[in-house]
Amino acid sequence: MERLPVDLELAAGLLARAREKGASQGDVTVAEHEGAQVKVRLGKVETVSQAHETRLGLRLFFGKSSAATSTSDLSRASLDRLLEETCAMARATAKDEFGGLPEPGELATEVPDLDLLDREAREMPVERCLDAAREAEEHALQHDSRITNSEGAEFGTSFNRIIHANSEGFAGEYATSGFRVSVAPVATSNGSMERDHWYSAARHHDGLDAPEAVGREAGRRVIRRLGARKVRTREVPVVFDAAVAGTLVRHVAQAVSGYALYQRASFLCDRLGQRVGSDLVRIADDGTIPRALGSRPFDGEGVDVRRKDVVESGVLQSYLLDAYSARKLGGKSTGNATRGAGQASGVAPMNLYLTPGEHGLGDIIGSVEDGFYVTELMGFGVNLVTGDYSRGAAGVWIEKGELAYPVSELTIAGNLNDMLTQIEMVGNDLRPQSPVASPTVKISRMTVAGD
Amino acid sequence: MDKSLSSRPEFSPAAFFDERFGVTARDLDRVLGRAMARQADYADLYFEYRTNDQVHLEEGLVKHASVSTANGVGARVLAEDKTGYAFTDDVTIKNLDSAVRTANVIASDRGSELPARVPAPAGPRHDLYPVPHSFADVPLERKIGLLQDLDRFARKADPRVKGVFASLLLENKVVLIASSQGWVLGDLQPLVRCNIRCIVEADGKRQAGYFGWGGRMTLDDCTDTERCEAHAREAVRRALVNLEAAAAPAGPMDVVLGPGWPGILLHEAIGHGLEADFNRRKTSAFAGRIGERVATELCTVVDDGTIPSRRGSLNVDDEGTPTRRTVLIEDGILRGYMHDRLNAALLGMELTGNGRRESYAHVPMPRMTNTFMLAGEENPEDIIRSVKDGLYAVSFGGGQVDITSGKFVFSANEAYRIEDGRITHPVRDATLIGNGPDVLTRVSRVGTDLALDDGIGTCGKDGQGVPVGVGLPTIRVDQIVVGGTSVRGAGSFQG
Repeated sequence: MERLPVDLELAAGLLARAREKGASQGDVTVAEHEGAQVKVRLGKVETVSQAHETRLGLRLFFGKSSAATSTSDLSRASLDRLLEETCAMARATAKDEFGGLPEPGELATEVPDLDLLDREAREMPVERCLDAAREAEEHALQHDSRITNSEGAEFGTSFNRIIHANSEGFAGEYATSGFRVSVAPVATSNGSMERDHWYSAARHHDGLDAPEAVGREAGRRVIRRLGARKVRTREVPVVFDAAVAGTLVRHVAQAVSGYALYQRASFLCDRLGQRVGSDLVRIADDGTIPRALGSRPFDGEGVDVRRKDVVESGVLQSYLLDAYSARKLGGKSTGNATRGAGQASGVAPMNLYLTPGEHGLGDIIGSVEDGFYVTELMGFGVNLVTGDYSRGAAGVWIEKGELAYPVSELTIAGNLNDMLTQIEMVGNDLRPQSPVASPTVKISRMTVAGD
Repeated sequence: MDKSLSSRPEFSPAAFFDERFGVTARDLDRVLGRAMARQADYADLYFEYRTNDQVHLEEGLVKHASVSTANGVGARVLAEDKTGYAFTDDVTIKNLDSAVRTANVIASDRGSELPARVPAPAGPRHDLYPVPHSFADVPLERKIGLLQDLDRFARKADPRVKGVFASLLLENKVVLIASSQGWVLGDLQPLVRCNIRCIVEADGKRQAGYFGWGGRMTLDDCTDTERCEAHAREAVRRALVNLEAAAAPAGPMDVVLGPGWPGILLHEAIGHGLEADFNRRKTSAFAGRIGERVATELCTVVDDGTIPSRRGSLNVDDEGTPTRRTVLIEDGILRGYMHDRLNAALLGMELTGNGRRESYAHVPMPRMTNTFMLAGEENPEDIIRSVKDGLYAVSFGGGQVDITSGKFVFSANEAYRIEDGRITHPVRDATLIGNGPDVLTRVSRVGTDLALDDGIGTCGKDGQGVPVGVGLPTIRVDQIVVGGTSVRGAGSFQG
């Protein structure tokens, strides 16, 4: 079955036909993805893979009831079926007075060029990808003679094109690219074996760290883990390495998601305008940073993605909302809708960073008499309804302001309400290589369980 | 070509894909011939057509329903230990040719040093989920009615219930696997999942409770009224228990795990470490240890993809190999790994039917199916009575493992203190941490009450999620680290 050309006309055509069938509102998102990925291990090619996929999502409102469908089959017959099915389903669901597209005034009026596309992503020859992966792995393996094995190194490129149109007249499209290099070396010493990994990710090839630097850092990190011990159970200061501190920002994002809030499933319910963390907690979300990994010219519903303070000097300033959750909570969309082709309605941050502080890592470690520098977290032990926090952790023990010895098989536990309030130092080392990121963070007290 | 088709006489995957994409048996032969160009060892095509229906209820209303459809084909070429893979969701002969050309780049003219040859799949043809092809065509009204029942049952259970969220997910997946060895296999893989979560609120405190269930069956098979009511009440009970929970203890202590879903311990602590890819690469903490003692003699652990209607079961794995029961640990001795074709070939071992993938967009790798410990001989109540000062954990959230170091975690979300052999009070969520090769050597008692989970597990590995099952009888594990907040003094624990 022949695939129809993917463009704004296709989207507009579907919406026009939906209107003929009685739909009062609707939107269409088409997401096209191309990707190439290679993996080498111990210098040899292990995997070469290539992806090509396109998905169309349709959402229709019949008054206040709605349904959503999506398909990767973009033939005429399939889209005809999709339209019929969506109409039938939307008529059967319950009326929801808060449903509907964003208010016309909320829709983006222009599509800014945020420099998100590097054309090289679609043109990079396999050999060059393999070379970059090999180089990253080679530098990891050369870092230390105890690095004897590897789970491999990967290099990948991606190209994404998003088309979004709705019945209120919004129509926009944009394209993004991505480059990523990663390596996972394995080190052995005295019968113990450890693995760690490091990566770099960017929209543009020239934004990527050199494969050599990625390899060396992976090597440094895996060697640092060798010979890990346990420590005795106690309460101590805990320093979250920048590589893991982003997870704390992620928990805040989940807790200020409009859906968690109106469902009363968040420890930050009813806290807008109140203190939720120490003065050092400043978290902003901004979808308009040129070249950044979470940037886009409009959100999943066509709303613009302006910068907003989520937490300013410890006080909760904004939730993350789409049109629906905003209506439920009596606010306006903050431009954080994730709805795409085949995704359920929801919200997510764009580029959400904890604002860097003034301290170098050395200052922060130096301030700790007896404590835990966490470089890896494991598991899912976070209850967002209560804020209860308990996760597996590994890292380095701090004694008298110095990194003393590696530790593992420990847990750290507390409650996110207390942890945010007890952030007493923030590093200057923000590395925005993922859409949610944080510099190093020191929390004055948590329970560490071990022996 | 030998066409071994689905057991449903009215439904043939091969005919289904021929009709959809116009790809005939001759086309498959020709494309696979090209895939084997130069010195390729093996090639296969994985066709998939999948629909996912979801209906959600909140605030007493089904406000939203969705359907998503995916179809596509993945082309794979193996040469030595290399994998070439390409996929497209625009299935045409032209794109198939292009995909196999891309996948073939890893083959060389130089010839294989280590031919990755394993025999064609053999063994009994299972029929583990005999549902009609139309099983997912449940009227929306029926699904809405079911969700409204769940909502009503939960609200009726306790006045402290402030929010109820329920959902039904029906997946209908048709696959066709064609191999360069000349065989074509099809399967129809149904999957149902029901969820109910409720929020309870009292005295300014809030908690959530969850229950999920399902399997490879029809919706009617798992949603009779009595079951729905029992499961809704269970979600409410779990939330209310946690409302009363005290701080969890911190530090090592004796832990009793309840039957069923706590089997996630096995999945994390030893299951992943016994997947053949990590062992071939010698990056698993279990590498090279077959024949060694890794558990007390009370422990026998199996992976079994052949249990009818289970979420983790499959008639054939995603490379066409019939699933089976594989003994991983027998009376405490490590017996075997779980294999896909590539790793079985490279290690010179037998196929076990564990070659799985999330979809046509993913390369197969060794994955678990249903992983569980066989029942022992002790009365579960006696096991609890045997503990002087410990934890009784009956329900868990997720878990994770570092395969190389063996460190694993899993997070209890319903647990109680045991004091002097008696269950005293509930404690808050706490992560348990241990070391895979060590933890089963601490299993000192195994109960008679083996149970499998209710059908909710999804395992993630390298970014691919696949449905799995776990199971466990009641067991006692001596001295495992519990990650609560309450540091215990030398004497008794204060809540």
